Amino acid sequence: MLGEQITDKKKSGKISKVVQSIPPSGIREFFDLVMGRDDIISLGVGEPDFTTPWHIREACIYSLEKGYTTYTSNQGLAELRELICEEIHQDQRITYSPDSVLITTGVSEASDLAMRAILNPGEEVLVPEPSYVSYKPCISLAGGTPVPMETEREDEFRLTPEQLEKQITPKTRAVILSYPNNPTGAIMEKKHLEELTDAINEHNLIVISDEVYGKLTYNKKHTSITTLNGMKEQTIILNGFSKSHAMTGLRIGYAIAPEEIIDAMNKIHQYTMLCAPITAQMGAIEALQNGNAEMEKMKKEYNRRRRVFVRGLNRIGLDCATPGGAFYAFPSITATGLGSEEFAAQLLTEQQVAAVPGNAFGKSGEGHIRCSYATSLEELKIALERIEQFVEKSLLGRN
Amino acid sequence: MDDYRLRELLEVVEHNPKIPPEELAVMLGMSVEEVIQNIDRLEEQGVIRNYKTVIDWDAVGEEYVYAIIELKVALEDRSGYDTIAKRIAGFPEVRSVHLVSGDHDLSITVRGKSMKDVAFFVAEKIAPLKQIQGTVTHFVLKAYKEDGLILFGDEKPKRLPITP
Repeated sequence: MLGEQITDKKKSGKISKVVQSIPPSGIREFFDLVMGRDDIISLGVGEPDFTTPWHIREACIYSLEKGYTTYTSNQGLAELRELICEEIHQDQRITYSPDSVLITTGVSEASDLAMRAILNPGEEVLVPEPSYVSYKPCISLAGGTPVPMETEREDEFRLTPEQLEKQITPKTRAVILSYPNNPTGAIMEKKHLEELTDAINEHNLIVISDEVYGKLTYNKKHTSITTLNGMKEQTIILNGFSKSHAMTGLRIGYAIAPEEIIDAMNKIHQYTMLCAPITAQMGAIEALQNGNAEMEKMKKEYNRRRRVFVRGLNRIGLDCATPGGAFYAFPSITATGLGSEEFAAQLLTEQQVAAVPGNAFGKSGEGHIRCSYATSLEELKIALERIEQFVEKSLLGRN
Repeated sequence: MDDYRLRELLEVVEHNPKIPPEELAVMLGMSVEEVIQNIDRLEEQGVIRNYKTVIDWDAVGEEYVYAIIELKVALEDRSGYDTIAKRIAGFPEVRSVHLVSGDHDLSITVRGKSMKDVAFFVAEKIAPLKQIQGTVTHFVLKAYKEDGLILFGDEKPKRLPITP
């Protein structure tokens, strides 16, 4: 529907088969409908509405003033990697050496490097769905085959051992975990992660654990799967500063993994990226040294919005699991009888509220929309009123 | 109620005193009764001292002049800084009074309708007090931030409306 324009473009044969095979991002298509309109309340934004805390911006400015505009080592500034080790030790009680850390240009790069470092042609990577839109294309571009595992609302969108085992084949090389999850807000507690380790060990799978929302959990502290018995050797942690410290545009993230894997990722990184921008690395150092108070403040604010917004959705009649982390609510819209693309498109034209259709995050996201509550409480309240009007109207239309 | 949640209640009320209890309850994951009882108690105990409205008087054509005034104090026998500070604080023209370290003792803020107004007030009401040895008046030319509130409205960069 929305993708027709793009897929119908004439094929000149100049584009590689693998790139041609990647479908355009469902989010991108929706973006074109919204772009340039000022009357819209957007719940479609996957980044904090807070500006990067001033002390971090100030540290970046100061580093520029002092003339820190050079390359860094490929792997990233030693001080930053040491701080990351300290942080994960403090947070998860697990010890890594700075040699096990690679600083990347956002988590996106780390995710791409991880796939390219471990995959042989045709090997399969299991991807829980709904999930962030980049994993599958990254896997395909690295020559692998993405295999979705469909998580369910009744499991609060956690990955169960059954869903995992069902998809394992002799070709399975790795499994992605992305919790706290974008778009569902689902988290995996220690006990849930423990249920997965048998299958992971038995089939010697590599775990790629995207923990970029790990700091944003609301009732239970985040547990990284790397802390579980035997998992450290199997796990590539992807993390960054975008969500926790509102630093999306600075493009700074990192991977933590066994040195062998980090070395392999660094090999690609040195030829394709060279190093992450030094200004952003300086900002990240400041974030780790002095960023806790501001981070907690933002997290508290998200939590208050989460309570108001999720309750509002459920009251309207859009069944919504309480998200345990990240800043997304993922309500079901099936009560309205509309598909998620229909719902999102009509909500946008009739009530000027933008949310992302759930199927943009995988087939099992159908019947849902993703609403980001990284927007002011005032806007969220207006959005709730408008969604209510829209839902009431569509329910009337059905009866 | 635990300390953490109490603190959060105060943090929210500090910046948004107008939020009704029903909404506070949802935001903070408390019952409405809990919110009302706690706010009543905090008001009674004086933890919540006051609810204040910040007004841009310039915007309605009411222009005020502010001055920060350094006061050097000579303490008299038996009376400490409190006596003189309280005396000065009594004037409605005086907006704040602080005892400070450094080469002066009290730092006060005065508001008046004109520079002349403020100057006369200092000359007639403050300087003649027998404990006051000297005053230095700094007129405020422009306020950038007050009580934690940034007063300059730089345009915020816009986020893209839809991102993954």
